[in-house]
Parts: sequence; structure tokens; C-alpha cells
Amino acid sequence: MRFLLIEDNPNLAQTVLSQLSAEGHGVDHAFNLAEAEACLAAARYDLILLDITLPDGDGRGFLKRRRAQIDTPIIVMTARSEVSDRVGTLDLGADDYITKPFDFEELKARCRAVLRRQGRSPSPVQQFADVSFNPLEATLTIAGDTRALRNRELRLLEVLLAAPGMIFSKDQLCDRLFSFDEAVSDNAIEVYVARLRRKLDGSRARIETVRGIGYKLVA
Amino acid sequence: MFSGQPRSLRRSLAIQLVVLAAVLAIGLYLAVLYSAQRASQATMDAILGAATLSMASNLRATDQGVRIDLSPSTLSMLSATGQERLFYRFAIDGQVLSGYQDLPVLALPSPAVTPVFYDGSYRGAELRLATVSRALMLDGTLTPVQVIVGHTRDGQRRIAAQLAQNAAIFGLLLFLLSIPLSLVSAGNLLRPIRTIAQAVGRRGAHDLRPVRQPAPTELLPLVGALNAFIARLKAAFHHTETFLAEAAHHIRTPLATLRSEGELLLRTTEDDSQRQHIRRMIRSADECARSAGQLLEHATILYRAEQLEQTEIDLRTLTARMVERFRTIAEMREMSFTLSLPDTACPIQADQVLLEAALRNLLDNAIKYAPSETDIHVTLTQPGTGYRLCVRDHGPGIGGVPTAQLVRRFQRGLAAEHIVGAGLGLTIVQEVAETLGGSFSITDATGGGACATLELPQG
Amino acid sequence: MRNTRIATRLGALALVLAQILAQPGGAQSFTIDKDTWFGAPQARQTLEIIATADTELFAPVINAYIAQNPDLRIRYSEAPSIDTHIAITEAGAQFDLVISSAMDLQIKLANDGFAAPIAPSGAESLPDWARWRDLVFSVAQEPAVLIVHDSVLRAGHAIPRSRHDLIDLLRENPQMFDGRIGTYDPVTSGVGYMFATQDARATDSFWRLSEVLGRLNARLFCCSFDMLEAVRAGELLMAYNVIGSYAATHLDADDPVHLIELQDYTLTLLRTALVPINARAPQQGVDFLSFMLSEQGRRLIAEAARLPPVDVLEFLNAPHLRPIQLDPGLLTGLDQQIRQQFLNEWTAAMEQP
Repeated sequence: MRFLLIEDNPNLAQTVLSQLSAEGHGVDHAFNLAEAEACLAAARYDLILLDITLPDGDGRGFLKRRRAQIDTPIIVMTARSEVSDRVGTLDLGADDYITKPFDFEELKARCRAVLRRQGRSPSPVQQFADVSFNPLEATLTIAGDTRALRNRELRLLEVLLAAPGMIFSKDQLCDRLFSFDEAVSDNAIEVYVARLRRKLDGSRARIETVRGIGYKLVA
Repeated sequence: MFSGQPRSLRRSLAIQLVVLAAVLAIGLYLAVLYSAQRASQATMDAILGAATLSMASNLRATDQGVRIDLSPSTLSMLSATGQERLFYRFAIDGQVLSGYQDLPVLALPSPAVTPVFYDGSYRGAELRLATVSRALMLDGTLTPVQVIVGHTRDGQRRIAAQLAQNAAIFGLLLFLLSIPLSLVSAGNLLRPIRTIAQAVGRRGAHDLRPVRQPAPTELLPLVGALNAFIARLKAAFHHTETFLAEAAHHIRTPLATLRSEGELLLRTTEDDSQRQHIRRMIRSADECARSAGQLLEHATILYRAEQLEQTEIDLRTLTARMVERFRTIAEMREMSFTLSLPDTACPIQADQVLLEAALRNLLDNAIKYAPSETDIHVTLTQPGTGYRLCVRDHGPGIGGVPTAQLVRRFQRGLAAEHIVGAGLGLTIVQEVAETLGGSFSITDATGGGACATLELPQG
Repeated sequence: MRNTRIATRLGALALVLAQILAQPGGAQSFTIDKDTWFGAPQARQTLEIIATADTELFAPVINAYIAQNPDLRIRYSEAPSIDTHIAITEAGAQFDLVISSAMDLQIKLANDGFAAPIAPSGAESLPDWARWRDLVFSVAQEPAVLIVHDSVLRAGHAIPRSRHDLIDLLRENPQMFDGRIGTYDPVTSGVGYMFATQDARATDSFWRLSEVLGRLNARLFCCSFDMLEAVRAGELLMAYNVIGSYAATHLDADDPVHLIELQDYTLTLLRTALVPINARAPQQGVDFLSFMLSEQGRRLIAEAARLPPVDVLEFLNAPHLRPIQLDPGLLTGLDQQIRQQFLNEWTAAMEQP
């Protein structure tokens, strides 16, 4: 998927860029509205992440303009007061918004939700062994048998699929599945691993437990 | 000056006008009195002078001496004006020829040709006297014969008194007439002030346009000052709004960077103790952002409560949309919303920003305190004339803690010890409910969990 | 002889005027012809009147008044007009009411401050010419008439209608009227002097009449009553300027006397009243005056005293009636110098050769 990130803060932009790239997305970054217009003129994007406060203008003006021209979903990232901004941006045509600072998992979830709603076809499908994984639809297809994934199963599979064969510690997986303000017990992750294993039943792909260290996806 | 009853400008003005009228009326009275006396005096003097001259010119020198030819008509005429008592005297060098011997005389010799007038007292009466002398050739010598004619001033005084009385009546009428006129004119004069005050008073809380009512010149400085004040107020409001938005921006943007960096770091770090540090760092950043957000939101609500911007809102649509916004986050915790809404629109007169803040905090709170993989029921009903919004979770409940304690600032429920949040969420809901004329309560739901209920009037 | 008489008269005149016009000095004596008390002696209230009219004239009015006020006794002092004046001024005598036919002297009393301002009830109905200020009020109007003995008519003469007629009658019949015509002596009579001056003011015929009267050796009288008696007795054929009211009072219906109001004009004397400033009981004076001005009082004056009360209608019906002007114009008549001049001229007219 190809994203356009419009964000004037270089540090924040850099981290978002890194994370999105790590997820396997192609991301262009524009520091301001002028650059963003240039990018939009040159390429097609699947999703735009727009910061509302930009050095050469208010993102809302851009939002309104863009909305009239393209149907690329736009998620607004705002650092301003939630009270005054949210409704305005939605009314102006943003597909969703997220308030800074944000959990990257939340950003991904919102991106997924927006893309899913937008119904762009065909959905990208990841293939591993005999498993077809559609993250937008949150489905697994094994030998023609399609299985729906619950949210945390989906996210767990995403983490493992990003680096098959790599061992992830329980701790690492927890960080990806739970928000930092959630009370999570040590064996919570085991529950979700067990569920995902059940969804993977009948395929060659499986999650192996590396005793005392963590889990890895193998085929 | 400002103690007790406020001073009424209209009354002061009316009183001043009435006092002015009284002064004018008294002045008029005195002027008429004076000029009436002057005029009657002048008239009487003219007649007295003519009579005196006539009596002097009828003097003849004869062989036997002075012949006095005193016409009764002259005296009749002289007396006729005001029916005065009359006194006269003819004398040569102090020797009285005829008439009243002891009439008051002038110290100076009486002039020829033009009579001289003077006042005197005689037989208990105040007299106006005129004297003139006429030279007659007596025994070969030119001898001046002095003529003095005097009359009382009763009639003259009566005439003056009559005129004065008329003037007094006229003055009094003028004065009495001036009272209602003063009241009316004071009212008229002050009408522009009232008009402007009413125009300003009728304005809505957010109407900060300058006053454009036509004002008389004298009120222009006041209107100008008022408009300058309104402009300053407008700027201050704008500044406050801008400040709140900017403050959030300036706190959150670096926090966002910090958090993102932390997340990135967390992914690439394998050392468990370091990860623990990073996790704490991220949690602190979240806490900081959330606190800042709630503080600013709280400030915004307090500020907006002072100047409500009432519009008609469909509470049903708003509730549905707010729930929709939270669906993603809820899904991440494998929670789901069940939404129960009335079949028709639910119009309400309220400040949308406040209403959204209340709903957002209610939902946010429910997601935060309920365990994963549970349902949150959002129910909007219309009992009677108002609305009831109920958010019910399947969390631990509130353990019987009264709502008043929960909504106290920075107070958290039992379940909240390790959950990020400044605890202002429920306070905000409570304040919004109060501002919009409704009420808010949280109770333990039967069958577990908490039930947060927001009751709102239609407007 | 005549010159002597006139000289004597002028001497008397000087004395009288000296008295009238005397400036503040010692108390002067005055004569009261008749002093009468009316009413119960034990009455607690007293009213003292000084008047020129005969006591009998006013007695009915006074008695009627006392009948209404039983607790009042009234002293009525009858005196000549000059004595009345002196009584109030120099003598300082205290009276509560002065009723006099000497208008000039009444005016002089008022003018010189001897009259008190009063407001008798009924005064408002008096016409302006019948009062002076709030000091002098008229109670009767009395025309000065010509009295003619019936023998004049019987001799075939027409009754004179005017002074012109009278002069012609006298001129054409000197033998008939020589020594048999009378008039007031202006030297001794205040009223006579007033009539003379008013006549002189009113018509030029007066001086011609005076010449005629002088030539006919007219007899001079002090009083109307004497003239009336003289005509009734046939001593006189005519008397000029007799106060009509006396005639009406004293004549019987069958007396051979005619009262003639001359049509060119007939002087009308006003009998006036005033309350002196030094009155002991001024309110009594005012009350009695009010009574005289009242309907009842007027009727009594007309019927019992047989004096014509003040009546505006009378003047409308008889335009020849001319009231003597009640104002300080009358003062000139009292002026020593002027009086002397007038009497000199009058004497000269009367003594034309």
C-alpha cells in the first residue's frame, strides 16, 4: 500500500515513516501543503495521513480542496484540542482522525478500518505457505476455507507474519496486542496464541513455542 | 455616591428642569413686579408732573398778589388714577400761600419748567410728590412761587399688586406645567440610553458585534467606549480559544514524537529491563497527553459554559456518530458496542461542543474501565420531555461509591488505580450536564458493571 | 352798608378758614346744636354719630336700628358742617360715624387721613360716583331745586325750565322779584359755597344769574329750611338752590310752593358717611352704615327720613340730575386763596351797580 504522510514535525514524521515502512508500506513524506500537492500530482496513494497544523496553511483548507478532487481516504492527525477540532475535520471530509500522541497500533487499526470501508479492490493478500491472509478483511483462507480473525488474532498474525521464523518474546507480543494502559497478565498472550493456532488448524503454517523465550511462525 | 439606591438620571434631570422652571417662574414674577412698579410709577409721575405744571402755569401775578387758579378738574383727574389722596401747597420763599403747610419739601430749591419728583411721608401716608416753581413779577420783583403736589401711592400699589398677583399666578401655572413637561422631556432625552441598553441587553451571549444604534453626540463617547470594550472582549475570547488549541498542539506534538520514538525503540530492543523502562516512558507520555487533554478540555468547557452557543442538534445522530468514532478503539480491545436508539430524531437545544465532550468522556470511560471482550450498551431513550443517555459496561462497577464523589476533580474509582487518566472525565460529564440543565449519575448496574446515566432537557 | 356787610362776612370767612386749615395746634372748640340719646340707658354698647342732618330726619332710621340691636344706645349729635369737621380734626372728638351733606369737608377728612378704611356690607352696590375709595360712602342723593311760590304762576308767568328761563324771568320782572328772591349765602354756608362753585364750574350762566340776583337785592340765607319757610310765608317768591329733601320733608301738600328741578342741570348733593380713624367703636359705625345701605335702611331713609337714597336709576330716568363729583377735586373749594378769589368775584358780581 502507498501512503502519503503530511507532517511538518520531522521527528514525528520519521518515526511514523519508520513504522509504516516496517509494516511493508510504501510511504512518501511531505513537510508542508506545497510538497503534498506535488506528491499528489506525481503519484496515486491509497491513504493520506494529514497533520492539521502545517507551516504553510491549515490542513482543513487542503482537506476541503482534496475532498472535492480525489477519493483517497484521509486520516487527520491532530494535536489540537479535541473539543474544537474533531467534528470540524469530519464535516470537512476526513474519513477518520487520530489524536496525537497516538498508539501506532491504533493508527494501523484506523487505517485498516478506513481502507476497509473504502472498499478498494482487490484487497492486498499476504501469502504464507498454504495460508492466504487478508488483513483488511481480517480473514484467513486455508485450502479454500476462509476463517474470520478477531482483532487481536489478526494483529498477532501480522506481527508474526512480518518476520516468519523469528522468535518474539511474550513481552514483545504483549506490547503489540495490548495498549499500555491495559492491565495484562503474563499468560494473557498465551490465550491469543492458542486461539490463532486453532484458526491455523489444517494448514502447514503453525506457531511454535520456544520454551522460555517466546513464539515463532513456521511452515 | 454608589451607596443605597442608584441615582436616577431621569429623576435628577427632571428635578433640575423643574428647579430651573421654578427659578424662571420666580424670576418672571420678580421681573413683572419690578416692571409693573416701574411702569405704574412712571405713569403716575407723568400725570403728577402734568398736574403740577398745570397748577404752576395757572398762577398769575395780580395787584393783590398771587392769584391761584386751582381747577377742580385737575385735582379730580390726579386723584382718579387709583383714587389717591391729594396734597398740595403753594409757597413763596417758605411762606405758604395756600394748601397744606407742612408738606415735605425738597432741600434744594424747586426747579422751573420741569418738575422734580420725590418721595415723602405725610400724615402717616407714603407720598409721591412733585415740585416745580414759577417766577412771577410781584411788586416789581421776580419772585419764584413754589408748587408742591403730592399723592398717596395706595392705588399705584394696588395696581402693582394686582399685576404681581397675575404674574404670580402665571408663574405658578408655568411652574406646574413645567413638571409634566420636565418629566416627559427628561424621558425623551434619556430614551437613546434606554434604546442602546435594551439593544445590548437583548443580545445573545456570542453577539460581539459593535453597537450600531444611532446615538446622540453626547452618548458617542459612551458607545465608543462600549464598542472598544466589546472589541477587547472579542479579542480576549478569541485569544482564549486560540490559546487552548495552541496549548494542546504544543504539548501534544512533542509527546507524539516521544511516544513514537518509544514505540520504535521498544520494537528493536530485546533487553527486557530496557523494554520495561521504555514502556514506562510511553505510559508517562500517554498519561501526560491525556492529562493535558482533559485539563484543556475542562478549561474549554468552563469557558464555553459562560457563553453557551445553543444550536439545534439531533442527539440520536450525534450519539451514533460518537459511538462510531470509538468503535475502532473498542475493537482493539475486542469490545463491542450495542447501540439502542429511538426510531425518530431527537432534537435538542444545546452547545454541540459541550455535548460531544460529555459523550466522548462517557464512552472513553466505559472503554477504559471495562474488561476486554465485553459489551458496552449505549441506550438513548426519551422519557417525558427530556432525553436519557445510558452507557452501561460490564466492568467491575463502582462499588457503591456515590456519583458526587466520583465526579470530584481528580478522583478515580476503585478500578482505576493502574489506568491512565487524570480522572477529570466524569467531572467534565457532570459539568456539561449541569451547564445544559440536566443531571448525571453513575450507579452499579444489576448484574455487574456500571451504568452511567446522562439526563438532558430538550433545551 | 352793603360793603360793610360783605367786609364783615369776609372777616368771618377768614376766621372759619383759619380754623379749617389750621395746622396742628391746640384743641379747638366746636358747637353741637343738639345732642340726643336713643336706646336704653343701660345698653352696654354705644354708637356715637355726629351729623349735619336734623335729628328728626334720622330718628326713624336710628329707632329701627335700635329695635334690632336692643343692647345698643346711640348718641346723635347734630352740628353744622364746619363744626363737624373741626370736631373730628382739631378738637379730636371721638365719634363712630360722621354723616354730612358737606361733601367737600367729608372728602377733606378722608383725604387728610381722618377717615378709617372700612368695608360696609352693601357698599359694593354703590356706584363709583357715590363713594370715594373705602373711606366715604353716600347714603342719600339730594337734588338742589328751585322753589317757586304759587303767586308767580298766578301772575301768569311760566315756570322756568332752565337757568336761562330763570334769568329772563327775573330780568323781565324786576319790580316783582326785587328783594323777594333768596339763595344760599356762600360766605356763611358751606353747602351754599359748594353749590356756587359747582354752578360756576357747570355753567357760564351762573355769573349772569349772580349779577341778576345782585341787582334784585336777593336775600342770602344760611339754610335751606329758612328759605323754605320764607317762600311758604310769601316773603320770597323764589329761592334758588334749596336742598329738595328739606322741601319734601317740611312742605304740606296744600302749601303754595312748587319745587322745580331745572332741566339744564340740577346739582345733586350726596349725603355721605365715614368712620373717623379715632372712633371708639368703629365697628358700630360700620354696622350702622351697613344698615343704612341695606334694603331696609334704604327704605327707611326714603320713607321715614324722606331723603332719596342713592339710586342709579334716578339718574338714568332724569338725565338733568348731576351728582357732585365726590373726589379731591372738591378740595379746591376749601382752599383759602381760591375761596377768597371766588368769593371776591361772586361779591363783585352781586354788587354790580
